[in-house]
Amino acid sequence: MERKLITGNGAAAWGARLADVDYIPAFPITPQTEIVERLSAWVEGGDMAARMVMLESEHSMLTAAGAAAATGVRVFTATSSQGLLYGMEMLYTVAGWHVPLVLVNVSRGLAAPITLEPDHNDVMAARDSGFLQIHCSTCQEVLDSILLAYRMAEDPRVRLPVLVNLDGFYLSFTREPVLLPAADAVREYLPPFDPQHTAFRGGAPQAQAVAVLGGSLYSYFRYELHQAAMQALPAYEDAAREFERRFGRYHPAVEAYRMDDAEFAFVMIGAFATKAKAAVDAMRADGWRIGLIRPRLLRPFPEADIVAAASGLRGIAVIDQNLSAGYGGILQHELSAALFRAGSQAKVAGFVGGLGGRDIPLEEFVAMAQDARTAADGAPMPPTRLLFTESELRNTRRMQEIAQHHD
Amino acid sequence: MTTQYKSLKDLPREHQMAPGTAMCAGCGGLEAIKQIADVLGENTVFVNAAGCMTLLSVYPHTPFRGSWLYTAMGSAPAGAQGVRDALDVLMRRGRIPAEENLKVVVLTGDGAANGIGLGSTSGAMDRGLDFYYVCYDNEGYGNTGHQTSSATPLGAETATAHSNAGGKKDLFGIWVAHRPAYVATVAGAEPVDLARKVERAMGLQGPKMFIAFAPCPTGWHFEPRESVEVGKLAVKTGLWPLKEYVDGKVVHTRPPRPRGERPALEEYLRTQGRYRHLFEPRRDEAMLARLQAQVDAYWDSAA
Repeated sequence: MERKLITGNGAAAWGARLADVDYIPAFPITPQTEIVERLSAWVEGGDMAARMVMLESEHSMLTAAGAAAATGVRVFTATSSQGLLYGMEMLYTVAGWHVPLVLVNVSRGLAAPITLEPDHNDVMAARDSGFLQIHCSTCQEVLDSILLAYRMAEDPRVRLPVLVNLDGFYLSFTREPVLLPAADAVREYLPPFDPQHTAFRGGAPQAQAVAVLGGSLYSYFRYELHQAAMQALPAYEDAAREFERRFGRYHPAVEAYRMDDAEFAFVMIGAFATKAKAAVDAMRADGWRIGLIRPRLLRPFPEADIVAAASGLRGIAVIDQNLSAGYGGILQHELSAALFRAGSQAKVAGFVGGLGGRDIPLEEFVAMAQDARTAADGAPMPPTRLLFTESELRNTRRMQEIAQHHD
Repeated sequence: MTTQYKSLKDLPREHQMAPGTAMCAGCGGLEAIKQIADVLGENTVFVNAAGCMTLLSVYPHTPFRGSWLYTAMGSAPAGAQGVRDALDVLMRRGRIPAEENLKVVVLTGDGAANGIGLGSTSGAMDRGLDFYYVCYDNEGYGNTGHQTSSATPLGAETATAHSNAGGKKDLFGIWVAHRPAYVATVAGAEPVDLARKVERAMGLQGPKMFIAFAPCPTGWHFEPRESVEVGKLAVKTGLWPLKEYVDGKVVHTRPPRPRGERPALEEYLRTQGRYRHLFEPRRDEAMLARLQAQVDAYWDSAA
């Protein structure tokens, strides 16, 4: 076991290295590129036995990734934002192939406008694809989650690709101390890739991904995909408990931070959730009974764990670092549906913030909690609030004048 | 170069594809693919892009003795990259023996090859991928009802053009510019020429690229039983040059007779309803002359 100061991208590269992956199809995109560069240095230097190939687009990269997994090897790849969307067709396709692999997404706000800052609209767009999703908020989590992802993906109950998300720019480029498990210990946690029944080789021909005509038959295969994804709930828990047994760290499907006697909670995912943790600490010191519910698994949706964490709460402030134009934040609506189904009485106040990496200062966390409390006390539920200040608006107007913007 | 294919009698007896697929009667594309598959023999995996041939394998059946992977319309060569690389890794890391290796064969129509798939083809060739590419060229987006593609020739009628105003993309030239191991045009109507080319390619490492002339009764409007004759006329008139690129040179393997001795292009055009507007209600002399001149100019410069 070694302790290194590494970035989120570095942790992702270490995850692939420790997992002893066989194949890395790659394509550069900010802010993921460092992963590709680190891996290629290791491959060229003989530190990794993997074959690495630069494809000519993310759509090709994801096709090569899935095809290699369908042939029978352990595959790692990475992308961000526009790249994830460029290959979106292949996310659905590869999931439908029922092949395990790990795709790291270093999330970045989507065009338009084109930007170089983080948020979660990219990874949310992959939500329905059949790829499972794990969301990280620290560099340690990134490395550990890649190992967890392979174990879950390759579980015979699952056999699905997994997306491991880390926030671009903030987590990708921030150095944190990370414990690197020993390679032989990881090899015991992740034995060599077993293709099970899905493989291409001479002497045992297989036709994979063939056309399926007829609604009934097509439905069967799609339901099977969904059921495999649902099986990832127990498979993840098994993988996480085994990881804890071997490496001493437990990464639950849903983190409950200071939730024991909480009346209120923030719900957030990713690196910005560490800001919510800091807000929880400050507000508890001020007398609030407040905590943070931080889902790590988003697909499969850990409904039971979230409902359990929210049990007894009066109010919840959900902060979505994504925006579904025309409705609001995506997590807010998934959470509300789960709580409604469970008969929860908690009032859910929805907020959209952190788009394009917009900071969320402590005052805003306090204001959001106050909104949740006001709703819990019986005031009418406010609509989804978009976090933005008057001074920001003044600044925007100044920019628009310079740009000769006309209303 | 020595070859085991000197006449029709030498063609493989053992077939790699079963009959009874959903392809149209008289499909010239299927004719060529079956012949190519027979020469390639066992231990193949066909990596397919969206097109007519996608419907060869429909759950729960496949006509192939070998393996099959449907990918997407634009990325079959990238799929081939993944399969080829994975097989190499499996052999290098001792997880499969060399005898279990496969020949990786991309199979696409002209639509994917000339347009949406051109980028991924270019990438695969640029990386020197060791694979085969079989493009069946029926000169349009066939599976969706024969709309104009960039392989549709000048003057042809399609579902989206009364008389195509564009020209046929020079896919052979585009592929040759990448300096792959091998490029060839073939036709199912010329089986011995086809077999020799596949045989030749099999001895080479790297991208081995084929464009197969694919007479299409459904899209070109002729009777299925005429399919072979349409293919033969395409070669005899000089419209479909049979050629190969290898060792830096382009060689024509079955050139037509010289101008004046080879049949007029009209004989070929008359066989298909997609060119009927050049003859009825009136002969379009200007277009007919232009099309003939195109063929003649090609062979003049090839000489």
